[in-house]
Amino acid sequence: MASRVSASGWGWRHASRKQWAVSDLDLTIEPGERVLLLGASGSGKSTLLQALAGVLGGADEGETAGELLVDGVPPSALRGNAGLVLQDPDSQVILSRVGDDVAFGCENLGVPREEIWPRVREALAEVGLDVALDRSTSQLSGGQKQRLALAGVLAMRPGLLLLDEPTANLDPEGVLEVRDAVARVLDATGATLVVVEHRVDVWLPLVNRVVVISPDGGLLADGPPDAVLTARGRELADAGVWVPGHPPAVPARNTSRGNELLSAQGLTVGRIAGRAMGSESTAGTVAFSRAGLDVTVHAGTTLAITGANGSGKTTLGLTLAGLLPPIAGELVASDELRNGAGPHPIQWKSRELLTRIGTVFQEPEHQFLRSSVREELAVGPRALKVSTAEINSRVDELLQRLRLDSLAEANPFTLSGGQKRRLSVATILVGRPRVLVLDEPTFGQDSRTWAELVALLGELVADGRSIVAMTHDPLFVDACADIEVRL
Amino acid sequence: MTHPFSRVNPVAKLGSALLLAVCLILTIDWVSAGTALVLELAAFGFLGISAKRFWWRTLPVWVAAPLTAVTILLYGKPSGTIYWEWLAVRVSDGSIDLALATALRVLAIGLPAVVLFITVDATDLADGLAQVWRLPSRFVLGALAAFRLVSLFLEDWRFLELARRARGVGDSGRIRRIPGQVFAMLVLAIRRGSKLAIAMEARGFGGTGERTWARESRFGWREWIVVIAGLMVGMIAITVSVVTGHWNFIVG
Repeated sequence: MASRVSASGWGWRHASRKQWAVSDLDLTIEPGERVLLLGASGSGKSTLLQALAGVLGGADEGETAGELLVDGVPPSALRGNAGLVLQDPDSQVILSRVGDDVAFGCENLGVPREEIWPRVREALAEVGLDVALDRSTSQLSGGQKQRLALAGVLAMRPGLLLLDEPTANLDPEGVLEVRDAVARVLDATGATLVVVEHRVDVWLPLVNRVVVISPDGGLLADGPPDAVLTARGRELADAGVWVPGHPPAVPARNTSRGNELLSAQGLTVGRIAGRAMGSESTAGTVAFSRAGLDVTVHAGTTLAITGANGSGKTTLGLTLAGLLPPIAGELVASDELRNGAGPHPIQWKSRELLTRIGTVFQEPEHQFLRSSVREELAVGPRALKVSTAEINSRVDELLQRLRLDSLAEANPFTLSGGQKRRLSVATILVGRPRVLVLDEPTFGQDSRTWAELVALLGELVADGRSIVAMTHDPLFVDACADIEVRL
Repeated sequence: MTHPFSRVNPVAKLGSALLLAVCLILTIDWVSAGTALVLELAAFGFLGISAKRFWWRTLPVWVAAPLTAVTILLYGKPSGTIYWEWLAVRVSDGSIDLALATALRVLAIGLPAVVLFITVDATDLADGLAQVWRLPSRFVLGALAAFRLVSLFLEDWRFLELARRARGVGDSGRIRRIPGQVFAMLVLAIRRGSKLAIAMEARGFGGTGERTWARESRFGWREWIVVIAGLMVGMIAITVSVVTGHWNFIVG
């Protein structure tokens, strides 16, 4: 039974905010429609999805205006009717075995036991997740975890499928896995779909309506995909949506290659000294080692480390960055990069690293240390014992350049995703390192932040610095990489 | 892992270990603990646990027992002949008896607790606690889901360490950095936790309707055997101790 959605003058304001997250929304979605929901960051797309899923919370969480109904009743009264899949694969896995995780929703809805297991098998088959029911969920790849989450909501037989950037954190293969699984599910169930996603091209083949919500309230556009994207494409692209035919600007390549800065021969990398262990972003400690790698980093170039989730990109990058010791082989800094320090980056002091190799972590929160943006930026130069006047001038320059000046006194943890990313890059740039190592710099970014980052990195390379980026973003590799190391 | 013991309901294992422990903390003499230990070691042979796994997992108990004994030997309440005295240290008949009894007791309570839990799966334990012991499912399942996040937190902690080095503040004051890192950890934990809560709620968790259970948590004859075995070991130990005149109530 596909669900019908109707909103009239609906709005929501989070209890801790002055601004309405969504306001004056008038929208009707007929049963079986497949809607791609677009809008600039901060226009309230996720809020709308959570409201439709009935998980927005009661009056103590925020204030509601107007009316939002699913099949004629408020969504929170229809527990289990809407299936919501979120962006982060790791935070959606609930139980430790695949079968139990899929069964979780059915149990909560009070489905009789003998009916649960056939539903679980059916749901797993529909999303194409062909693993044993007692398989450990922590051993699944990102794409598999997202399909697991999809199976979990599917087993509840929802009339409304809500997807909040379900593929933003996945490698290109994972993106297609999930998209195709959703297509199969919709064909089989006929459920109504609302999907939020920056990367429009992925979902275009699947949807038959595009709705654009405005950050100022109400809708900007609503209609068949082609019509909306033709009429509003430019505007959407400027707001950060990835619209086909409106690619973000890419800077010119730097053609002058400088001297060698880092060179690794026969390098074996792993996570724990002496033991070749590693795990990317997830909890599953999949044992692996990458042996016999030869990598050279030249000034004025960009080196991209690519490979599927879990292939050891982060481990290799952090080893090149002088943060993890090589398990075997040698990583040597050239005299030019060394500049008085020893030959092996892992033996440098933390302070020596600052002006030589800077690392931007995938999760910006991992590297924040202070309670204001300005203080955060001053940490590095202070460790280098730079004069106060010089610190202030460096910090002011970066604040302005990365559009963070209005946020100078804000707490880094309260920034938006794009702002956090810019700040984490700035905290490293302030030390003026020769080599910059960035872990998934474009991960989950909208097209506007993406273009800003790529432009900034282009300038740094033109300035004779070198970039090492662990990435699974093919656009980034096309736009920036001079050399690609594929794991 | 197809040994029948690994399929015994974790709740029964928990109950068995608890009953045994209660019997053994009522008294502090070497006879009861020694009797229990002999019976336990004989029983472990039937549980399908490999020798390597047994020694590896129970290693902390084997280390803890003599350490406790030495402490009591040196500082325990003296009585009878005093053999050696130096500052606060007094080794006497009484402290030797007490040290021996304590070492045996740590082993007799610690070993079965570890061994019974080697084969326990967290999900099965949660099923048992909610279905057999009727603990509220909201708390049991909430704790179970949160437990899964622990490995993500460990990962976060490692990244926080590396990031301190990358930010130029990793040279000194490892201890002094801990409060800051703990704060960052908490922020990350709250964020992960609230995301998990949304995901759980979106799957109907915390609703008002009656919840069903996909996995039945059974409590049959196998479980009763394990519980009764634990109680029996404790009772036999008490009986032997009373009959041989070594029984002494720990209180009073």
